[in-house]
Amino acid sequence: MGNIEQTRRSFLTTAASGLGGAALSSLLLGDSALGQPLAGHPLAPKSPHFAPRAKSCIFFFMAGAPSQLDLFDYKPELSKLDGQKMPESMTEGVRFAFIQKDTATLMAPRRRFRQFGESGMWFSDLLPNVAQHADDLCMIRSMQTDQFNHHPGQLMMQCGQAQFGLPSTGSWLSYGLGTENQNMPSYVVLTSGRGSSGGATLWSSGYLSSVHAGVLLRNQGPPILNLANPPGLPRELQRQAIDTINDINASHYEHMHDPEIASRIENYELAFRMQAAAPELTDLRNESAATLARYGVDRAEPEKKNRVGPGDHYRSFATNCLLARRMVERGVRFVNIIFASWDHHSDLDEGLAYNTGMVDQPIAALIDDLKGRGLLDETLVVWGGEFGRTPLGENRPGDRGVTGRDHHPSAFSMFMAGGGVRGGTTYGETDEIGWNVVDKPVHVNDFQATLLHLFGIDHKRLTYRHQGADMRLTNITRESHVIEDLLA
Amino acid sequence: MPLVRILCSKPHLHRAVMGLVLSSLPVSLTNARSPEQVAFDEQIKPVLQECAACHGGVKQTSGLSVLSRERLLSETDSGVPAVVPGDPEASELFLRVSSDDPDLRMPPEAALEAHQVAALEDWIARGAPWPEHWAYTPLPETPIAAEQTPPGVLPIDALIERGRGDSAATPMPAADRRTLIRRLSIDLTGLLPTPPEVAAFLADEREDAYERLVDRLLASPHFGERWARHWLDEARYADSEGYEKDTPKADAYQYRDWVIEAINADMPFDQFTIKQIAGDLLPDRTAKDLLATKLHLQAQFNLEGGVDAEEDRTKRVIDRVNTISMVWLATTIGCCQCHDHPYDPLSQRDFYGMYAFFNNADLAADFLIEPPENAEELRAERAKQWAETAELIRRQVDDKNLSQAVQGQLSKLRPYDNSKGFTRFLRERQEDRRTTYVFRRGNFLEPLVEEGPVLPDTPETLPPLMPRGEAADRLDLARWLVDPNNPLTARVTVNKIWMHLFGEPLTMPGDFGSRGEEPVLRELLDEMARWFREEGAWSRKALIRQIVLSDAYQQQSKIRPVQAEIDPANALLYRQNRYRVEAELVRDFALQVAGLLSRKVGGPSVFPPLPAIIAEQTYAGSNKYKASEGEDRFRRGLYTFARRTAMDPNLLVFDCPEGAQSRAERYRSNNALQALATLQNEVFHEAAQAFAARLLKLSFGASLDDDARFREAFMIALSRPPSKAELLAMSELLAAARSYYEHHPDDAEKLVGTHRVVDVSVVENAAWVASARAILNLDEFLTRE
Repeated sequence: MGNIEQTRRSFLTTAASGLGGAALSSLLLGDSALGQPLAGHPLAPKSPHFAPRAKSCIFFFMAGAPSQLDLFDYKPELSKLDGQKMPESMTEGVRFAFIQKDTATLMAPRRRFRQFGESGMWFSDLLPNVAQHADDLCMIRSMQTDQFNHHPGQLMMQCGQAQFGLPSTGSWLSYGLGTENQNMPSYVVLTSGRGSSGGATLWSSGYLSSVHAGVLLRNQGPPILNLANPPGLPRELQRQAIDTINDINASHYEHMHDPEIASRIENYELAFRMQAAAPELTDLRNESAATLARYGVDRAEPEKKNRVGPGDHYRSFATNCLLARRMVERGVRFVNIIFASWDHHSDLDEGLAYNTGMVDQPIAALIDDLKGRGLLDETLVVWGGEFGRTPLGENRPGDRGVTGRDHHPSAFSMFMAGGGVRGGTTYGETDEIGWNVVDKPVHVNDFQATLLHLFGIDHKRLTYRHQGADMRLTNITRESHVIEDLLA
Repeated sequence: MPLVRILCSKPHLHRAVMGLVLSSLPVSLTNARSPEQVAFDEQIKPVLQECAACHGGVKQTSGLSVLSRERLLSETDSGVPAVVPGDPEASELFLRVSSDDPDLRMPPEAALEAHQVAALEDWIARGAPWPEHWAYTPLPETPIAAEQTPPGVLPIDALIERGRGDSAATPMPAADRRTLIRRLSIDLTGLLPTPPEVAAFLADEREDAYERLVDRLLASPHFGERWARHWLDEARYADSEGYEKDTPKADAYQYRDWVIEAINADMPFDQFTIKQIAGDLLPDRTAKDLLATKLHLQAQFNLEGGVDAEEDRTKRVIDRVNTISMVWLATTIGCCQCHDHPYDPLSQRDFYGMYAFFNNADLAADFLIEPPENAEELRAERAKQWAETAELIRRQVDDKNLSQAVQGQLSKLRPYDNSKGFTRFLRERQEDRRTTYVFRRGNFLEPLVEEGPVLPDTPETLPPLMPRGEAADRLDLARWLVDPNNPLTARVTVNKIWMHLFGEPLTMPGDFGSRGEEPVLRELLDEMARWFREEGAWSRKALIRQIVLSDAYQQQSKIRPVQAEIDPANALLYRQNRYRVEAELVRDFALQVAGLLSRKVGGPSVFPPLPAIIAEQTYAGSNKYKASEGEDRFRRGLYTFARRTAMDPNLLVFDCPEGAQSRAERYRSNNALQALATLQNEVFHEAAQAFAARLLKLSFGASLDDDARFREAFMIALSRPPSKAELLAMSELLAAARSYYEHHPDDAEKLVGTHRVVDVSVVENAAWVASARAILNLDEFLTRE
């Protein structure tokens, strides 16, 4: 405590004498052990529990729940059983959101599957570009969650439990590790298309300080809320205003000795720097034409759209992928890219074609690009939704024909790349129709424990005391495990 | 006698004025506890809490639980108890922790330290005394330290002095009057004092000037707004249902207004409690008592398609139990829905006993404010709709194929109620009552019927419930919470009231369980709790009055390095605390100094301008946000429509909770996005424009020079005149802005916006906007000192 006071005081003296902000920020950064109440600046970089493999994470959150059976989890037996009823023994005690149990029948995927890479990882024809990276990917086919409605499921995937008011994964990383970039938020959210079920609750800092909340970034116009000066206020006057504010605050500090004043001075400097740094981040003019083309930033929107709402989603999503790389390059800790239209209760084939057409090329380009720049090793890429979809087709009363799949929490697929995961791994197995996990189940909390592990964090030791309990990302009442086989 | 002299007539404040510091011993945290308690807390409890990981509420390996003395002394799976009081050598616990045999020794991973083993041995030899947990002990029956003060007055300063023991620091002297009126106005009304109010207080030479000020503020209608917002955090208030579509609740504000009104009327806290928990069960209940039960309707309603309505209902019941345990008992009971509490003596059955109080509380709706002319017709129409829905819900419990139909009905009913003006509340179901069972691992599909029904009851470890009739109901629970035998409610409540007046609680407000820390100023907490219930007759205003009249409250908040070393957390209150105000107040202050703030109290929630991107993030664009016009753009922050999935970013960035869970305490983060908000956001910028206009329109018969105008600006915003250095800094900014806008009149137009002052050149106008904006961003402006 004494040291921090000391540091703050010396910082202030230098601030008052007009030293530049960048040099000062490092003075403010105190060391704080993980899981301990933070004594210094809450975003100061902190050491993990052990050597990390990943420094940043780009999490593609495909809200609504993509169909693993039409993308990754190849089930030839399901094709053979198309149109048949499932044995009652399998559906006993199982809950559905919309399926009427008595009349439900299995539905074959209408995609062609084949193996890719030396590892022979299976993909359907919907993700041809991502499939080219099979040997970089780590595919988990045995994901399981406790939730089968969207918002609770999304909270579970992002926050570890199906409750509002909990910190999300990015917030925990920000809390545990701080930020490497003093000019940008440590946790950034990019969205395309319609809002998700979870809305802003998916990037909440919950009971952690709002310093750790995800910052929603726009990929057009001023990227961060309130980033632009008020109309008619030039940057030079902004500088002068901040100098005035900070001078007066500094003299007040001399009187009150409250370290919060010192933090506020630093935050006004940071805000000023962020105003310069953030537009530079989203300014793609320095990217080569080849790069833009590779990501598909200028692709036209297909004419046929499905449940995604109006807008140029293809461009928006591709831009977000490119921005994610630029953020990782600049030390942003956690980038959450959300696209929310995977809830294919009907029009599965059309819907998947649109969505995969949107995500396939830019994600493949991102992995490629990260690799080319030597960033993939320390950048964890994650792709997945809140649960999976049923092998049974939808049969709601009044719906003609079976064209979609229902929510399926007991078996679904997610993939990861980079950041210390073992490329070319297909982990876990479902039964012959993809109903249940038969080998190596991975609960969402296990997945989260593994994610934290890649960042050098023991999920049981990154805790925060809230209402009497030492809370953590992985549910405290559940025994969660790091999946060692996924690690390189 | 002038106030300052009165305040300094206390000997310890004289010491402070002289700045004497005797030595720098660290604060002792043990002053209020008996030696027995200290020994238990410091030597025995930490070891037992380690054991609890395997021998606690979740896992009871070998049939052993260390959570209470009773359980330690009862038989384990091996047939012998772990502890035999008075006989360490016969106590398995001691034998195991002292064993050399690695197969027998506990804990298995690493042996305890020798001193820990010795402490356990000594403790068992002394009969394994288990002092009652501080928070559960009865409140004192007679006043503590009453001799120090006149009758009826809480001896706050005397108790703090006692709590400090022989600690060496000296308290701060009283703050000056400007600081005091600003502090009091913020704490009691959430508003800044106006310059005339400050001037009047400075000029008031009556002996009781300060008391008069306190009484004036306590009587303000804004007192209720200020203290309602604290309560709404605990009540997890929001204007939408939560989850996915997050449907708006047009009647939610009626609960908020009920709270404001109750607090303004100083409804005693016991009544305040009973009405919210069981207003519908009161024998002579009024429409307002029904409004109070809307506390329970803050639990979220998931209207997603495919949700199991019965599961969602059980979730709301659980949420109600959790909220009540948190708000009144500061106890986390939620984990007991799946298993016994890991470290508190609360069982899973205790949880379902609480659950049973709420298991037959149903959603009801009626016209509680102003019934329309065709009220009867509408009631009949709704009753018909509800009957169909209720029947579906009843069948859905067993036939999950009906889930979709039920959700469809429920999600139509909410907009229906909104459009017809129905108010929803909670009402006890009379027929077809549900039976409560423990759910296996909290799963509502697995009731443990074989264990028998669970009747409504309060946790065993707490004082017994005295039901009025044969079966206990919610009204019994409500009365139990405020019963003289229950020491928790008063302790928990005064701790939070204290927190709202000092910025810091006396102990963690969310944890009065075994992990919660016994407050350093335990006697102060206990005496306040006793006083609140007895002399104070549960009056919130009376307690607040006592606290703000204390010397401790009136101290300066300046931090002295020496004091900071002795007592870094300021646990012994050697000063007041200074802290950034809450999210709503940050905006309210800006609007207030700008002359824009509406003082209207109550009414439907409003929609200040919101960036489009925020509304877009809601589910499938379900939030069609239309900003309010006129006065409603400038209502106080607590009236902003709280949509759980799309909160106003100006509120969120300053740590306003989203109404998801009960929140006793807010964060006070300090970050760059906050700077961006108050510097750039359109709401704050408009305040700067209007503040500049207000300053430019000032004249006292003659034109004002810059310095005089800045003096006024500081008086309005900071309740004090600027220093010379501050004037100089502001003048430099003003000069720079003038020089820029002289050359860029177009920019000047833009900066001034719609708040143009007619008699002034646009260049001059813009220069003052740029300057006013800086004042609204000063740390001191956002801070309660």
